[in-house]
Amino acid sequence: MIVSCLFTLLSHWSRNPLQIFAYLSGVALATALWSGVQAINHEAKVSYRAAAQTLGEGQYDLIQPKQDKTISVVDYVNLRKSGWLVSPVVDGYLDNVRLLGMDPLTLPSSFLFANANLTNSISGNDFFELLVTNENTSKNFGPNVEVIIDKNVAPGIAVGDISLVQRLINKNSISYLIVNPIQPLEQTKLEEIAPHLAIINTEQMTDISQLTDSFHLNLSAFGLLSFAVGLFIVHSTIGLAFEQRRAMMRSMRSMGVSLRILIISVTTEMMILAMIGAIFGIVLGYLIAGLLLPDVAATLRGLYGANISGTLQSRPDWWLSGLIIALLGTGLAMSSQIWQITKLPILASAKPRAWMVVTTSYFTLQMKASVALLTLGSIFAILFDGLVAGFALLGALLISAAIALPAFLAWCLRKLQKSANTPLWDWFWADTRQQLPGLSLALMALLLAVSANIGVSTMVSSFRLTFISFLDQRLAPELFLQVASKDQSSELNNFLSERGIEVLPLMSVETVISKQPAELFGIKIGNTYRENWRFLDAVENPWDTVQLGKAIIVNEQFARRANLWVSDRVNISPDFTLPIAAIVGDYGNPKGQVIVNEELFSNLFPQLYPARFGIRTDNPAELESQIINQIGIDKNSIIDQKSLKAFSMEVFERTFLVTSALNVLTLGVASFAILMSLLTLADRRIPQLSPVWALGLTRSQLGKLELVRAVLLALFVVIFSIPTGLVLAWVLLNVINVKAFGWQLPMFLFPFEYLKLGLYALCAAFLAATWPSLRLIKTPPSDLLKVFASER
Amino acid sequence: MNVKLLILLVFLPCNLIAQSFSGLGSTAEGFTNPIPNKSFNFPLDHGSHNEYRVEWWYLTANLIGEDGIPYGIQWTLFRTARSPTEGNSWLSNQIWFAHAAVTTPKEHFTTERFARGGIGQAGVNAEPFEAWIDEWSLRGENFDELTLKATGSNFSYRMSLEAKGPIVFHGDKGYSIKSSEGQASYYYSQPFFEIKGTLTLPEGTINVTGSAWLDREWSSQPLSENQSGWDWFSLSLDNGAKLMGFQLRQTDGSTFSSSSWIEPNGSLTSYGNKEFVAKPLNLHTVGEKKLPTHWRLLLKDKNVDLNVKAINPNAWMDLSIPYWEGPVEISGSHSGRGYLEMTGY
Repeated sequence: MIVSCLFTLLSHWSRNPLQIFAYLSGVALATALWSGVQAINHEAKVSYRAAAQTLGEGQYDLIQPKQDKTISVVDYVNLRKSGWLVSPVVDGYLDNVRLLGMDPLTLPSSFLFANANLTNSISGNDFFELLVTNENTSKNFGPNVEVIIDKNVAPGIAVGDISLVQRLINKNSISYLIVNPIQPLEQTKLEEIAPHLAIINTEQMTDISQLTDSFHLNLSAFGLLSFAVGLFIVHSTIGLAFEQRRAMMRSMRSMGVSLRILIISVTTEMMILAMIGAIFGIVLGYLIAGLLLPDVAATLRGLYGANISGTLQSRPDWWLSGLIIALLGTGLAMSSQIWQITKLPILASAKPRAWMVVTTSYFTLQMKASVALLTLGSIFAILFDGLVAGFALLGALLISAAIALPAFLAWCLRKLQKSANTPLWDWFWADTRQQLPGLSLALMALLLAVSANIGVSTMVSSFRLTFISFLDQRLAPELFLQVASKDQSSELNNFLSERGIEVLPLMSVETVISKQPAELFGIKIGNTYRENWRFLDAVENPWDTVQLGKAIIVNEQFARRANLWVSDRVNISPDFTLPIAAIVGDYGNPKGQVIVNEELFSNLFPQLYPARFGIRTDNPAELESQIINQIGIDKNSIIDQKSLKAFSMEVFERTFLVTSALNVLTLGVASFAILMSLLTLADRRIPQLSPVWALGLTRSQLGKLELVRAVLLALFVVIFSIPTGLVLAWVLLNVINVKAFGWQLPMFLFPFEYLKLGLYALCAAFLAATWPSLRLIKTPPSDLLKVFASER
Repeated sequence: MNVKLLILLVFLPCNLIAQSFSGLGSTAEGFTNPIPNKSFNFPLDHGSHNEYRVEWWYLTANLIGEDGIPYGIQWTLFRTARSPTEGNSWLSNQIWFAHAAVTTPKEHFTTERFARGGIGQAGVNAEPFEAWIDEWSLRGENFDELTLKATGSNFSYRMSLEAKGPIVFHGDKGYSIKSSEGQASYYYSQPFFEIKGTLTLPEGTINVTGSAWLDREWSSQPLSENQSGWDWFSLSLDNGAKLMGFQLRQTDGSTFSSSSWIEPNGSLTSYGNKEFVAKPLNLHTVGEKKLPTHWRLLLKDKNVDLNVKAINPNAWMDLSIPYWEGPVEISGSHSGRGYLEMTGY
């Protein structure tokens, strides 16, 4: 019974191939972007987990040497013999790969290189002689290093026994000690055993996963947006398919098919089709993810220094989640239709869907819902802090704009109808109004896509402008270089001062200030800083007080995290506080920074010497070669301003490449939704157009009017999208960015961009309407006549 | 010894502790093998023998608290070598690991440590005697008066020990045969320690006194391939005599046993295979394992017929190398207390 019912139902699609195409592609598109984004996020999470397993970053307290001190083997053994369960790590670079030398015997077991986990990867080999690394990273090593491949090692890192790594990077000391979270009952105090060492708690570390979370949430939001747009397509095609099969279903019921069997058959049919669509979608999503992943990897590396693998792996759980979400979405889209089947009267003749009465009360309800949602979202964002609240506000904003759209359009159309001075236009506006319910989902999709585009492009472009001027301020020196030793540092200083070249030495140390992990910088304040740096907020003449050692400058990230602002006092060291003279914007940097003058820095950390320099020169190329030849600084340690700027901009552009790619994709999905809505509506419209045709309007005139209607509706949508998009941009710049990155950006407007985007949207609507219009023009007059001949 | 075996030995939570205890290995690459009629040289032989593959300092003690409750403690330092030399600093060829445990009738606390030699984190010096890993230690001016220390995350103990009798040598004057194929180790004990000190447990600190037994063993030879584990007993009888007995279980179900009867004055009678008989009376389930924590022991020559029962049958050492080890109570032909170790279950 069910089988024959299924076949009867399925016969509908062979008569309407376009509908099945719309249905399948709707499901496929919805699934594709969603699962593509999920795949990327999943891949990133796997990489973070690998990093956590390899490095243990952020999970364990560490013991580090105080400034200019080292940890010796004796220190390590003394700590162990005093009841400290610590494990030594030697950290360094070889052939551009980060090498970690660890002691498997004492590492906590969550580490990949801990003894409990070693058996799988190193069986039969001598771990004293081997580096463990993943396949990609292994290519960096020459034949003189023995490597064993383990895919669980984080990208860009190789791990080996401490004895091997010490030999490879020619280092005898220990970089830091990992503190096992489980410590024995009795323990001597750290200060008594090794006063030159300090313990760094996990709370003081910059948490990469927390920073990158925001980025992945961002991607997920895009995926969800696309999924919603795809569901609009599914919803409208399902609605039409049900509508057209009312007669069929009535007949089936009359012939004795029980309601239960009918519902089972319809659900099975829809779910099978959804499954097929979803499989297409997942494959498509996989391809999209494969294309986007290298950029995502580059972004994460550039922004946060987080390494993720640039290659995608197919994972069963990811396939499964794609299928489940597609089936859930389809279920959601068809639930109201199923409910209608249960209400289907068996004996009443199946009427075509009645003239859609656009009641004011219906739109009023939607408007009220929209306002309520927006209020709720705002309250949520005000009450709760954090990125999720920011995204909740974004979501509420977009959805409330979407559900307010039909009311806005209806209002526009009513106004236009009132001003119509010929019967034709009066009919045109009235006809457009009655089509509105059928088109509104597709138009909402367009609204979402256009506003998201406006919002995101405003954010990215504002960011770009700010970033460029920031680079100009910050990268004023023409040459930047790093020295390898204290001798080299003073030699360089002498060399440059002899020639009267302005040099900007930079001393820095990673430390904890006001309970925040921060980089403390010591700089030589001169004209370059005074002329180029622009502050977000500052006291009068900030540089003067900083130069006197009576104040500090902090970056915005630090100010926000520590909630310390201009004139607030900051604990630079336990017994020394200074007020903040200025806050400087610092984009593209996840870390907090505190800047003091050179003398003050040297007093605080007498052992430290400037290792980085900015140099002002008119002839960077010549000076560069002089420095390389006369002081023997490695060429790789020098970079000129132009290259550095280019590099920074490249990082920036790559960061938003993913975002713009996703933008284009959502716009594409939205135009597809319009096309499908128009196509499916077209069949229903014959009875409505026939009387107008009979009154004397030609088919070609009718077709052109259809085109005009689509473009006009799209225009209204674009007009509505601009304020929506700008509010979106504001939220992105002032809420999401602040939470995600720790910086607030000024908002710039780009009217030309919006115009261009509007044109794209109109073109998309025009193209989408072309096909249905052509079909209308080519409708045989006999079809139009049939409307009067047969009672449908 | 290749590293795979080293890892098996040191790192794998395998059920082959009997083998690891007796020196698992394929061929003894450069290691020295035990031979009969060794003349022991003290205090030097209390220290470590790097030319042998494995070695341990194994201390167990039966204690009574001032509260009248019986307790047991274990302190074991193992050495296992990649090659028969010390090696320089981090490149040391000596791997050390240690187990510590406290058993009460209701609870069992365990912990372990790992270290490599060469850097001073762990090792054994003969004179003055010191065996240590991290902050744990067993040390003294000589081997007769020692102090003992170990700490875990939820327990610790500090003890002092005084030997009240001589060192005794098992097997053939310290040459102890471990299989019918002739695998052997050097094996001597100091079973006559009086011990006192404090236990720190989550409930508080308890003063304890009792007797302790220290085993010293080293070898380079693997167990026979058909040996799957062992049951080892060190018993202090109330009449002052001591009994050490073990049986190595073989995969075909048969056993290879060996034992020593030690008179209160330290004179020792050694018994070969089959003389000492151990019969499981009752199986107890710990986690997923079923183990005989209740035994009947027979040594006909001395009219010994003992009923040996674990004070806490849940004394499972859930460590990198898991096994069962805990104090026992003795009834039957003699009464007393002792320690039981079961591996390979």
